[in-house]
Amino acid sequence: MTTVDTRKAAPRRRVNLHAIGPLAALVVLLLIGMALNDNFLSYGNLTNVLARSAFIGIIAVGMTFVITSGGLDLSVGSMAAFVAGVMILTMNALLPTMGLGVGVILVGILVGLLTGLFGGAINGLLITRGRIEAFIVTLGTMGIYRSLITWLADGGTLSLNYELSGVYRPVYYGGILGISWPILVFALVAIGGEIVMRHTRFGRHCAAIGSNEQVAKYSAVNVMRVRMATYVLLGILVGVATVMYVPRLGSASAATGVLWELEAIAAVIIGGTMLKGGFGRVWGTVVGVLILGFIGNILNLTDLVSPYLNGAIQGVIIILAVVLQRGGLKAH
Amino acid sequence: MTIRAILTTTALLALAVPAGAETIGISIPAATHGWAGGLNYHAQASVARLEEQFPDLDFVLATASDPAKQVSDIEDMVATRNIDALVVLPFESEPLTAPVARVADSGTFVTVVDRGLSQDGIEDLYVAGDNVGFGRVAGEYFAENLEDGAKIVVLRGIASTVDNERVEAFNAALEGSGIEVLGMEHGNWNRDTSFTVMQDYLSRFPEIDAVWAADDDMATGALQAIEQAGRSDEMWVVGGAGMKEIVARIRDNDKMLPVDVTYPPAMIATAIELTAMRFTSPAPVTGRFIIGSELITPDNAESYYFEDSPF
Repeated sequence: MTTVDTRKAAPRRRVNLHAIGPLAALVVLLLIGMALNDNFLSYGNLTNVLARSAFIGIIAVGMTFVITSGGLDLSVGSMAAFVAGVMILTMNALLPTMGLGVGVILVGILVGLLTGLFGGAINGLLITRGRIEAFIVTLGTMGIYRSLITWLADGGTLSLNYELSGVYRPVYYGGILGISWPILVFALVAIGGEIVMRHTRFGRHCAAIGSNEQVAKYSAVNVMRVRMATYVLLGILVGVATVMYVPRLGSASAATGVLWELEAIAAVIIGGTMLKGGFGRVWGTVVGVLILGFIGNILNLTDLVSPYLNGAIQGVIIILAVVLQRGGLKAH
Repeated sequence: MTIRAILTTTALLALAVPAGAETIGISIPAATHGWAGGLNYHAQASVARLEEQFPDLDFVLATASDPAKQVSDIEDMVATRNIDALVVLPFESEPLTAPVARVADSGTFVTVVDRGLSQDGIEDLYVAGDNVGFGRVAGEYFAENLEDGAKIVVLRGIASTVDNERVEAFNAALEGSGIEVLGMEHGNWNRDTSFTVMQDYLSRFPEIDAVWAADDDMATGALQAIEQAGRSDEMWVVGGAGMKEIVARIRDNDKMLPVDVTYPPAMIATAIELTAMRFTSPAPVTGRFIIGSELITPDNAESYYFEDSPF
């Protein structure tokens, strides 16, 4: 017990470093961006980066809960592609009967959210009731959804009816007070996620399960239900992200959402959530998402490095951000 | 897919195979992106057409999601179907060279499509698109239709030999035209990536006169970004390959899409038909067959539009 106590005292001083790490990395990135290009801080560029980060961001907030409770979900990228495909097929099929209008779009959005919910529920059921490791279940569903979208699209691209895309377009490109919808939705999801993680029983239970499942169980936490809920929540958020994604290009193909799962997981870890579970920080995840978004943007805005090396730069910055976040290598 | 190959195999074996029938094995990459989707469509369509026309010919079609899978597919075809000819579009050149060479050594007629093997002289017939021509035709269009000092940006494909050949030829065609290439980033033949890259080009450069997107999926993403920025009147975009939505827009005289350069996935049909001719006609079919990269213009767009194809 004494060892536990002393270890508890030490992290309290490091909490600041933990929290500041990713923020510091983000600030450094922003400074580099400003120095390299005059247009970096322009309204247009910032809106672009925030809006395009919204998909990964919305998913990553859900992923924070899954990882905090000791789980993992590799299927989100494929699931997003599949949800997008189902939405496009539904809306195209309903167009002749329902006519052109907001009604078709609303049904499409509902179908998207429900498909996400079911996708999450299937993962959750297999993991909790089926007692299969999350890694294996979601590796399986990742392949299943990827194949399904390829099959639905007949190997090509599913495109939303041209007039319908016109009606749906404002959901990605429009907004209020100059802030586009994807950014607003991302902000709402992030704030909601932060409140749920910090101030609700569900958030605390997630951390408890991730930290020690047995202890949580003996403390009367319904482990199965909480774990199930994290996957369902993530599924719904994949649905939300896809609802924002479809109006952007109005199409889905086998190339949609590739590697989104790894970007989301990377954002969560950069933000300070522990990969083995037990501690989650939603606002950190948001910072992680922004870091990933701005790295890509800065690399596109400059000719400093060969584009062949973009992946390497991203890798270095991800690792650096985590090193900073862990309070430096000296911590151990 | 192996399961499918096995199922097809058993199903076909169960049917009484006519004596003396020739079997042609076809191994192509799975439909993981638009162009490969078109490839799969045209492969299946030409198999259906030929099976009806020549009841004596049998076909085994396998699609592979990676090079290792493709090697197993080919080994399975040789072992279980005793194929007389192999039509293969190698996933990657290096890993497929030795396995295809073994098939050729056993006396099987080998047709290689699009991506060449890393050793010369293995295949009996080589059918491919013209990557150098693809870049040159696009480059010549830019050189002819832009003034001295015009500014363009380029979206490149996945870093590969194909992409390098195209870009080199494009640059060579631009030489001396006075056109300034502001940026060349990789859009990876992907709509989303190209949308992002194009958005960043638009923030970075106040003046862009034209975009070489080098692929119709990339052109689709770039067009959305340009439209979002409200700069549609300022520039035009040239894609490549011949995706039907793009061809339709050229046919309808879209100002932003003046032309397109072909790189048809239907080349697999050319390869299969030529291979079938070896068994059905006395016409010689060995050698190299390079399919030219042509310029699709509003006047000829109709003949490049395939209604049923997914691409």
